[in-house]
Amino acid sequence: MKQNLLALISGVIFGLGLCISRMADPNKVLNFLDVTGNWDPSLMLVMGGALAVTLITFRFILKQAHPVLTEKFQLPTKKDLDTRLILGATLFGIGWGMIGFCPGPAITAIGFGLTSPYIVVVMMLIGFLTHKLLLDKG
Amino acid sequence: MENFTPYSALAGGVLLGISASLLLLFNGRIAGISGILSGVFTTSNSAEKVWRLLFLLGMVVAGFTYQLLFPDSFVEREDFPLSLLLIGAFIVGFGTRMGGGCTSGHGVCGIGRLSKRSIIATVVFMTSGVATVYVIRHVFGAVL
Repeated sequence: MKQNLLALISGVIFGLGLCISRMADPNKVLNFLDVTGNWDPSLMLVMGGALAVTLITFRFILKQAHPVLTEKFQLPTKKDLDTRLILGATLFGIGWGMIGFCPGPAITAIGFGLTSPYIVVVMMLIGFLTHKLLLDKG
Repeated sequence: MENFTPYSALAGGVLLGISASLLLLFNGRIAGISGILSGVFTTSNSAEKVWRLLFLLGMVVAGFTYQLLFPDSFVEREDFPLSLLLIGAFIVGFGTRMGGGCTSGHGVCGIGRLSKRSIIATVVFMTSGVATVYVIRHVFGAVL
């Protein structure tokens, strides 16, 4: 119960962060990626602000024996670089550069009452499913 | 650079960091949105589904509330090609699963715990994103 409430609160804070920083505006993101055009560096400060927090807190948090409400930390286990990581990240960047939406802003934008975020989320889900069927069997 | 909004960008970024810290500290989970969203469909464990859906619901509620308090903060893009939206969003979905994360999972949380994979992934998707916008805006000259 507490875990669910915590997840909800974290989600609200995350969504607010994306609205206040305006990262939920795909044009703002595209203007960040447009380094040779009318460049808008804001996204760099968004990441900078987020990392200023996580680089400090994660060090402290991951030294704890276990999370406050659960038995263990569930972290990614892969350590080495592989083709899927590089190719997947390359593809993600291409799609991101085409539409200006990554998953977080697309979900948050569902709350705006506009049509395109629904289209983006549905197509993203179809992308997830296609990956599952083609590359992540079993 | 007249569109640059340093203070709201930093403030919003700090909120993302606080959110990710809370989720890790209390629930032991990484706030990676593509992973949280895809997990809703890949797990058969109902407790797993519930916390993921609540996190995502929280994000939607935040968007709804913000737009309610500050009407028309976010508006629909005029004349954005539907085909580009469909294909781009599909590639975002496919690519984030193949690469095991997106801007939040790799960019904020992964770099936050100094994961080599996440640092490399972030450099790679930033680079391919920049290259893609360059091609669309400056090679094809599309104003999108």
